[in-house]
Amino acid sequence: MPVERYEGIHLGTAPEEIEEEVERGVLLTSLDRAVGWARKQSMWPATFGLACCAIEVMATGAGQYDLSRWGMEIFRASPRQADLLIVSGRLSQKMAPALRRIYDQMPDPKWVISMGVCASAGGMFTNYAIVQGVDTIVPVDVYVPGCPPKPEMLMHGILTLQKKVRTEEAFR
Amino acid sequence: MSTRRDLPGALYDPAGDIAEDLRDPATGEFRQETMIINMGPQHPSTHGVLRLLLELDGETVIRCKPVIGYLHTGIEKNVEYRTWVQGVTFVTRADYVAPFFNELAYCMAVERLLGVDVPERAQVIRVLVCELNRITSHLVALATGGLELGAVSVMLYGLRERELIMDIFEAITGLRMNHAYIRPGGVLMDLPEGSARKIRDLLDVLPRRIDEYETLLNDNPIWRERNVGVARLSAERCLELGVTGPPLRSAGVAADLRKDEPYSGYETYDFDIVTRAEGDAYARYRVRIDEMRESLRIAEQALHRLLEGPGPVMVEDPKVGWPVKLSVGPDGIGNDPAYLAHIMEDSMEALIHHFKMVTQGVDVPEGEVYTTVEAPRGELGMYVVSDGGHRPYRVKIRDPSFVNLQALPDVIEGYLVADIIPAIASIDPVMGGVDR
Amino acid sequence: MSVEASAAAVARRYPDIVVARGEASLVVDRGVLLEALTWLRDEPDLQMDFLSSITATHWPDRDPAFWLDYELRSMARHERLRVKVAATEDDPSVPSVTSLFPTADWHERETFDFYGITFDGHPDLRRILLPADWDGFPLRKDQPLGGVPTWFRGATMPPIDERGMA
Repeated sequence: MPVERYEGIHLGTAPEEIEEEVERGVLLTSLDRAVGWARKQSMWPATFGLACCAIEVMATGAGQYDLSRWGMEIFRASPRQADLLIVSGRLSQKMAPALRRIYDQMPDPKWVISMGVCASAGGMFTNYAIVQGVDTIVPVDVYVPGCPPKPEMLMHGILTLQKKVRTEEAFR
Repeated sequence: MSTRRDLPGALYDPAGDIAEDLRDPATGEFRQETMIINMGPQHPSTHGVLRLLLELDGETVIRCKPVIGYLHTGIEKNVEYRTWVQGVTFVTRADYVAPFFNELAYCMAVERLLGVDVPERAQVIRVLVCELNRITSHLVALATGGLELGAVSVMLYGLRERELIMDIFEAITGLRMNHAYIRPGGVLMDLPEGSARKIRDLLDVLPRRIDEYETLLNDNPIWRERNVGVARLSAERCLELGVTGPPLRSAGVAADLRKDEPYSGYETYDFDIVTRAEGDAYARYRVRIDEMRESLRIAEQALHRLLEGPGPVMVEDPKVGWPVKLSVGPDGIGNDPAYLAHIMEDSMEALIHHFKMVTQGVDVPEGEVYTTVEAPRGELGMYVVSDGGHRPYRVKIRDPSFVNLQALPDVIEGYLVADIIPAIASIDPVMGGVDR
Repeated sequence: MSVEASAAAVARRYPDIVVARGEASLVVDRGVLLEALTWLRDEPDLQMDFLSSITATHWPDRDPAFWLDYELRSMARHERLRVKVAATEDDPSVPSVTSLFPTADWHERETFDFYGITFDGHPDLRRILLPADWDGFPLRKDQPLGGVPTWFRGATMPPIDERGMA
């Protein structure tokens, strides 16, 4: 991991000066990177498969397109032990409160991937029964289009999320 | 071994002085209350968004009320605002594990309303893809059932086999799931180059893989302990509840729509109906394994017929058949250049007709029909009503999972909580079909 | 026995049976529905002992407006028969057939859920697919499809039932 070197820092001088440097956030940047790197590698998804996209999530987790390359083969059933919510499939009006509850039960830090067009925007079902995009209920980090998205597309979405996690601030 | 129903409700009999403090001071008895707990809709083992309200006495289920509708998509209403061909893309997403069957039932209904006959080659292709879809559906049932009971290897093996078949589907239809390949009048396009070779390789490899499953699970003591005697459903009760498919055949009734009311040329294929007598979860597992073998037999015969020679795959009548001609070019599946030249350069009428057929579609005569196919889960029916226009007036999907799920209280009540999982897995509901 | 022969057997008691496209359909009045289904089940030439599906269609221009459809099958003879019953918009109620066919339970609940048709004698008639507090019966023809306009950059498109496309 590269170490940031700033010109003009004189370490080994008075303690007040060191404290000034620390407050300026020099160390926190590196900590962000360290924490982001650790977080992205060991995300545990929560089981929230709704419809057809859930079958593709299962296929992504299976042998051919292996999710455990990125530490994600453990799908936690309890949202309290999970940090990634892959909303895969069409979200009906009846299920929407359950989604919000599951999201609320997940501890921070948590991320949401909206998989498939039905979760992202209602998909082909622009009707009374489907929530037109889960981002009306939960904040989404990555949208993966497709009906259903191929496992490679979902993997690209997951890698995009990992890039986002790696570069975001560690403690919001 | 005794069935679960023989076990007493209170399995743990408190004894000794330590437990004496727990007696109710008023009556001197131990308080026995029942618990009402909620299972789902988000649950790793309920095969989708199914919610069960369970009244438990200790570990025994006394009452069970399933609550469904968490995946209600409004497919039936949505189809009324789309053309007949667009209806295929909606209907195919009802039972998403076996999409070809939804398409087939719908297209058979539309064809019966139109009064057209589908070319023979299209029928054979339909049978081939449907039987391969039956195998993938049973593999998913096996994989998820195994995973839920803790047999994780079964999940990986099942999905590995499924990937081989997904590859074939992608080559033929362009998509791994929800294909919209079977259209009213035939199928979208003929098998591309190389797919016959792939299917041949699959049919050579798959029988030994199914043997692997049998070796792994048939006499496995844990599998047997969890499945034998669980979720028993008698033949009379099945018929009363409307249950069809593997649960009915595992109870001894040889009812299979491919033999009883043949469609799509099934009467010309050589295969057997698989039945068992016990009617429990283990019997259903065996029925599914044997049905996979029968599907392989049918697929062999279908492939053999396809290799005999080319033929049309869509009805020739220009007022009915899907007008777009596709072919595989150097950059993938796309419009056939000869057809494009015809409509763009040769004939203005052909262009107008093509445009009208693609945007507005076929006009289907007035009437109503009810067609049924033997889906992997049972009898899948489509009740289609037309008012003479270019849009469906009413499409009702009689989904087998919806009806089979009515049997859930029967197969769960009286058993232990841990038996709920193999019970649901053996009925194998797909919530997309249940809720539509 | 073919469809025509089954239809002839039914016509002995209900002469209005129609055969079209290889399927036999019979219209009965809702007052005699249970009696008719019992007869169709017990008649030895018919043995319609399996109920596949119950559903309804809404024809707002016709009177009566709701047409229910009962798909029957004979497991022994592999024959099918359709029974149709009408209900008006003012009084959309029909006797329940759960006493004859326990499988009708969820089918009738779904028909009630979508169309508001009540079934007298049903043990537990409440919504099944829509949320319990949903207002209205969405599959009726006078109900909109729902859905929101689609937003593009600088433009919107209304939902498909309002687009004015044929």
